[in-house]
Amino acid sequence: MMLGRTASGLYWMFRQLERAENTARLIEAGFRMALTRSVSASNEWESILTTAGCREAFLQVHDEIETGAVVDFMLRSKDNPASVLGLYSSARRNARQVRTALTREVWEAVNEGWMTLNGLLSRQVRLAELPDIISSVRQHSALVRGMLYGTMLQDDSFNYARLGTFIERADNTARILDVKYYVLLPATSYVGSSLDNVQWETVLRSVAAERAFRWLHGGESKPAEIADFLILDRRMPRALYYCCCEIVDNLAGLASAYGIRKPSHELAETAQARLGQSSIEDIFDAGLHEFLGEFLVRNNALGNQIETDYRFYE
Amino acid sequence: MELWGKVLAFDEMHDGTGKPRKPFADYAGWLEGYSPAELRRKAREAETFFRRTGITFNVYGASEADERLIPFDLVPRIIAAHEWARLEKGIEQRVQAINAFLHDIYHKQEIVRAGRIPLKLIAENDAFLPKMLGVEPPGGVYTHIVGVDLVRTSKNEFFVLEDNARTPSGVSYMIENRETMLRMFPELFSRIPVQPVGDYPTNLRRALARSAPPACRGRPTIAVLTPGVHNSAYFEHAFLADQMGAELVEGHDLRVVDGRIAMRTTRGYMPIDVLYRRVDDDYLDPLNFKPDSVLGVPGIMDIYRAGGITIANAPGTGVADDKAIYSYMPDIVEFYTGKPPILQNVPTWRCSEPDALAYVLEHLEELVVKEVHGSGGYGMLVGPAASKRERAAFARKLKARPANYIAQPTLALSTVPILTRAGLAPRHVDLRPFVLVSPDRVHITPGGLTRVAMKKGSLVVNSSQGGGTKDTWILEDR
Repeated sequence: MMLGRTASGLYWMFRQLERAENTARLIEAGFRMALTRSVSASNEWESILTTAGCREAFLQVHDEIETGAVVDFMLRSKDNPASVLGLYSSARRNARQVRTALTREVWEAVNEGWMTLNGLLSRQVRLAELPDIISSVRQHSALVRGMLYGTMLQDDSFNYARLGTFIERADNTARILDVKYYVLLPATSYVGSSLDNVQWETVLRSVAAERAFRWLHGGESKPAEIADFLILDRRMPRALYYCCCEIVDNLAGLASAYGIRKPSHELAETAQARLGQSSIEDIFDAGLHEFLGEFLVRNNALGNQIETDYRFYE
Repeated sequence: MELWGKVLAFDEMHDGTGKPRKPFADYAGWLEGYSPAELRRKAREAETFFRRTGITFNVYGASEADERLIPFDLVPRIIAAHEWARLEKGIEQRVQAINAFLHDIYHKQEIVRAGRIPLKLIAENDAFLPKMLGVEPPGGVYTHIVGVDLVRTSKNEFFVLEDNARTPSGVSYMIENRETMLRMFPELFSRIPVQPVGDYPTNLRRALARSAPPACRGRPTIAVLTPGVHNSAYFEHAFLADQMGAELVEGHDLRVVDGRIAMRTTRGYMPIDVLYRRVDDDYLDPLNFKPDSVLGVPGIMDIYRAGGITIANAPGTGVADDKAIYSYMPDIVEFYTGKPPILQNVPTWRCSEPDALAYVLEHLEELVVKEVHGSGGYGMLVGPAASKRERAAFARKLKARPANYIAQPTLALSTVPILTRAGLAPRHVDLRPFVLVSPDRVHITPGGLTRVAMKKGSLVVNSSQGGGTKDTWILEDR
């Protein structure tokens, strides 16, 4: 049992950290594409801005979609509350707010991450520094996660933290897939072209799954297998099904701690069952884009229901 | 050390010949093994440690990236066991008198009837709360937490400068300063026997739990009420709640449910038994006090009066610590304990009295003049350090509202060295020990917060005026 405000702070803190990490990975994938020049960089950046949900905000302050401007906007711009730095600041603000629900180690990991990024991102980033900055974001996220696992009591506070992580991660993976869904369709025209290979590679990279996929599927990338891997694989920590299972488990943790089930539990179990009983062929038959759109809506509704069920607000 | 060319201040580390005094002897020996460069590196490490831990305070209106640190000096202030023993007795006596005084003021007012203090001192005091008349606080405790500000002027002379009976702050620095020293210089603590301060949160929890209200069933639920994350002492509020295993609540988490104050939790509203509030009386209850306050809980005073919750410190304790009451403390101590005070007050002129006012106006260049309700080192005149024009301007204010001021001699506050770029240099210090009061006992943590004026010759130690802090060591008796 804890304050509703504290549960809310934990949940949002971990959503923001997850999103910061994913944004950094998107930037990395986009930057790689821009470097290889195999596709139009501005198209790629545009789809990355769309995935991150900040295309409109970007176009309000920039006329042209160009690597330096996009990287700056997504990493540190004051015009973008969902920049990596903006997200870290919000996460740290939430961490201060819920300081009593965190161990000293978790708090210090967040605080140090914020201090480091504040230093690294205090001025316009030179593209040569980008790899170091991205790896710093990753390291700090990993540190917070490690401290969470290594030092926190695995009670309800842990459940709220994990719920935030997986609601956000499911949202992010679904968005990445949705923006790129057309390259995953088993259409005939592009199959096997080098353009497609680059596109698939980007999708896999933006969820840090390129290596795992290669190990599981050998050298050959087929779009249906990529979609299957990122949607339905129970072993892949960024797959939608994996996220659904984690959400169900953490809600079950709350149900057993509090001795009561809530409406969010039904929603989560329904979402889990839908994925568990589908094959990738079913999903393609029903339409990948439609499937992802619906998933995003349901995931969002689930998040709202959790906030209501556990009294995050008055 | 010379003070404005007139007064010699007592240095706690070095005697007149430059040799270390006894309590500092072991430390001074150890210090010789460190070069100034090494010490400066340690000082930078300490700063990084404070920043990472988040022991920072917000400056109102500044951005997050501008969070400030209170300067920490790594030369400890060391007090011998026998020196401390006397302070401890004096503080306990004083704090017991304060609680007896508060009970009397809000009940029979015998001290007024006995003619020992004037009625108008109470009746016209803004901190006096008529709503507390006849109220019996749970366990009879008014001030669960007290900070007594002490200054030292010679080997054996300590004075009480001020009592803090409302919501004294700074205890988190006492604990974190020690934590930092333990990290920086672990070997020091195996060489020198220092009494620990780290059990303060456990003792605080105990003191609060012992004062649970009649409505409490089972193990008391304790919460710390903070104005929120933008308050300059937020770190301390979170720190204490965390260390006690108590909830850290804000006004909007609380409401009245079934005759209790309850907090909104993930499982619905749960009653709180003891509220350690870090919100001033005025803001505590918009129904009973300031109607526009959003920091408090509407109706909490009514629940309190009905025995539904313990508020620590009790509302209305401010009447015992303002500077006008201060001058009566020797009488108050004697009246309730039947014994003369062990700790002395600084001689004080009440400017409300015509003779005193005349004396003060004539001797402004020697005196410190303070506002009766002021705090934080604001609105005061340090006569010897002020210019002629500043003194003249202050004299006009003094004549316009004499009752608003008290005056005291400028004390030669003792000094302890700090680490400067040029090596060790003496700076003036004061000391705030922290006292916990429960129905069955008074507990004083051996140590406290030493505040130090970082500027050469300055007597103002307040952190809002650039003061710093030091770890305070009370040696074990052996």
